[in-house]
Amino acid sequence: MIGLTHYLFVALLVFALGLFCVLTRRNSLGILMGIELILNAANINYLAFARFGPATYDGQIVAIFVIMLAAAEAVVGLAIVLGIYQTFHSIDVEATETLRG
Amino acid sequence: MAAAYLRWIPLLPLLGAAVLGLGGAWVQRRHGERAVAAIACLPVALAFAIAVRTFAALAAMPAEQRVLVDRLWTWIEIGSLHVDVAFLADPLSALMVLVVTGIGGLIHVYSVGYMRGEPAYWRFFALLNLFTAMMLVLVLADNLLLLFVGWEGVGLCSYALIGFWYADLANARAGSKAFLVNRVGDFAFALGLFLLFWTLEAHAEATLAFREIDRHAAALAGVSLGGWSVLTVITALLFVGATGKSAQIPLYVWLPDAMAGPTPVSALIHAATMVTAGVYLVARLDVLFALAPATLAAIAWVGAATALLAAAIAVVQNDIKKVLAYSTISQLGYMVLALGVGASGAAVFHLMTHAFFKACLFLGAGSVILALHHEQDLRRMGGLRAAMPRTYATFLVSALAIAGVPPLAGFVSKDEILWSALSHGDGGLWLVGWSVAGLTAFYMFRLVFLAFHGEARSEHAAPREAPAVMTVPLTILAAGAVFAGFLGWPEVLGGGNRLGAWLAPAAAHGGAHASHALAWELFSMVASIAMAAAGIAVAYAMYVRGLVAPERIAAWAGGAPYRWLARKLYVDEVYQALFVDGVLGASRVAARADARVIDAAVDGVAAGVRGWSRFQGAVDAIVVDGFVNRVADVALAAGGRLRRLQSGRINAYLYVIVAALVAVLAWQLG
Repeated sequence: MIGLTHYLFVALLVFALGLFCVLTRRNSLGILMGIELILNAANINYLAFARFGPATYDGQIVAIFVIMLAAAEAVVGLAIVLGIYQTFHSIDVEATETLRG
Repeated sequence: MAAAYLRWIPLLPLLGAAVLGLGGAWVQRRHGERAVAAIACLPVALAFAIAVRTFAALAAMPAEQRVLVDRLWTWIEIGSLHVDVAFLADPLSALMVLVVTGIGGLIHVYSVGYMRGEPAYWRFFALLNLFTAMMLVLVLADNLLLLFVGWEGVGLCSYALIGFWYADLANARAGSKAFLVNRVGDFAFALGLFLLFWTLEAHAEATLAFREIDRHAAALAGVSLGGWSVLTVITALLFVGATGKSAQIPLYVWLPDAMAGPTPVSALIHAATMVTAGVYLVARLDVLFALAPATLAAIAWVGAATALLAAAIAVVQNDIKKVLAYSTISQLGYMVLALGVGASGAAVFHLMTHAFFKACLFLGAGSVILALHHEQDLRRMGGLRAAMPRTYATFLVSALAIAGVPPLAGFVSKDEILWSALSHGDGGLWLVGWSVAGLTAFYMFRLVFLAFHGEARSEHAAPREAPAVMTVPLTILAAGAVFAGFLGWPEVLGGGNRLGAWLAPAAAHGGAHASHALAWELFSMVASIAMAAAGIAVAYAMYVRGLVAPERIAAWAGGAPYRWLARKLYVDEVYQALFVDGVLGASRVAARADARVIDAAVDGVAAGVRGWSRFQGAVDAIVVDGFVNRVADVALAAGGRLRRLQSGRINAYLYVIVAALVAVLAWQLG
């Protein structure tokens, strides 16, 4: 039977993958994808606790909130990536060392 | 009744998509295109076999109890919301599954030849399989939410396949346009779904399963919402969703642009399957729509208007695929018209026959395009009859079918729709449908004569007939265009309308023929045959005999009507000005507000702080100058060291963040 621990383990795995992706990618789109993974790992945790905890909808509501947040984050993040590409002609984070615009 | 094999119908193509999506590049490199094609076609063929079995199982059951259910697992369970992942086969969905797997399978086979030599062969077939799986989820779904999953899935695949050759910006744009326009419809669909669930929860039972909705629909009949009947609002919202997928006014604009995709995609998605999803949705929720007469009236007129508008635009298009695209919109208009007069059986019948002949027309156009090295302009075709006899024969049969020449499939199903409109008591709808029949015959034969007759106007010498892997599917589809009509052969001509009887439990209004109206039905039939003949004759006179030069008609009334139609009534331009430029303008205003108001406020605060600092600076300079200088020296030295941390390298920052987080956690937990 699948229990709380299994969900938490999946969340841990997704979180670790996301973190690995964020830390090792040099492509800013890859980093954004890693962040999405991390957010979704958090979502899995919320939903797992909501399902196995007391019968309230807090977990689901927070998860939907996180999904909205992730969408907003993707919009801003992609806009920044586009801006970076226009300035540096690259979306490699190693190439964008100049902080001046 | 339970039937555990239903799940394999969508699962098999999904499996094919997974194999090709993850390992297709390797398969293609190691084993060649042939292996990719086999992996792609086999699941669809198997799914078709299971669909046939399902159909037979349903046929063996008593007519009133034809339902098979395959419940997999509970998907969502929050409060009163309970949604299963479950598949439902009843006469309507079983027929749809046959169309999707059967015609979809033929198009898969055709694509094996059409896409030969394509570097991303595997990606094409992975997407094609994924699309098929999603479409099957859509038609087999047992509840509205699972249907929505398939609905969005086919939208996504459609986007990816329209933009399949994404290196060309125009194709990528067309894909995005299709996706965005569909999102508008999906938004309304979702709202309708929420409202339906909410109302059902308040007044009957909280559910989204189709059979439960049907059972409780009557309980919602008296409920009102802000002065409107709630059923009118729900069905109107759901129908707006359907106008997106089924390319009706006002959301049809994506379909002509969707022709940017490879031709088999146009045949599969934009003729035979996905665009019928909206029609299927309304037919599925027949009971709900029947209780909302106001919505039905609107649906009928939207369908009629779309049919007329699209047929008129199709007459002046010069791109072979654009003609077919507008023709598809127009034929979908017929189906929607039938839904609006409560004849969902006739709509589904036309959906099926249209799938045969329109898929055949698109694939035939694909053969022509391939033979002419991707030439799509009708003005540079001509004389292909001798070079491509099989393509010509199948194309001609399908063109006759869509034009409504008896006894081919299009004649029977179109006639049932026209007769439904007439017997519904709406002569106006019938008149529009009747005129569209003439336009249809005209533009189809204009296409046939321009492409296949006359002298060759192409620069490419000696076009060759397509290989057997492409002509065999064409032949099968053409056979379907000939014979599919006999399934619903009308009673007035001595048939039994077996399709109407088959769908009757699912679509209660199909084929309700009163005997005293026989004369009227025959009148409608004869009138539409005469109209089709007239359309073909005019096309023959203009494009083969040259009795009337098309240019002279184009110049009629100063050329304005022609110009308007050729520019597609400027609908794209109006949408661009209203919505795209509107949003851009609004963002520009917001940006200016940001710069003028918010930035100004921030600047004001900064100025205040600056003034205060200047005062403090004076105090500082006098009072604690020496001390501050010492501090500043320290800060300078520290800054010199610390600046190495501010490297601008995001990765370095991220490492520090994670390390700090781990340290804090270790400290907190330990």
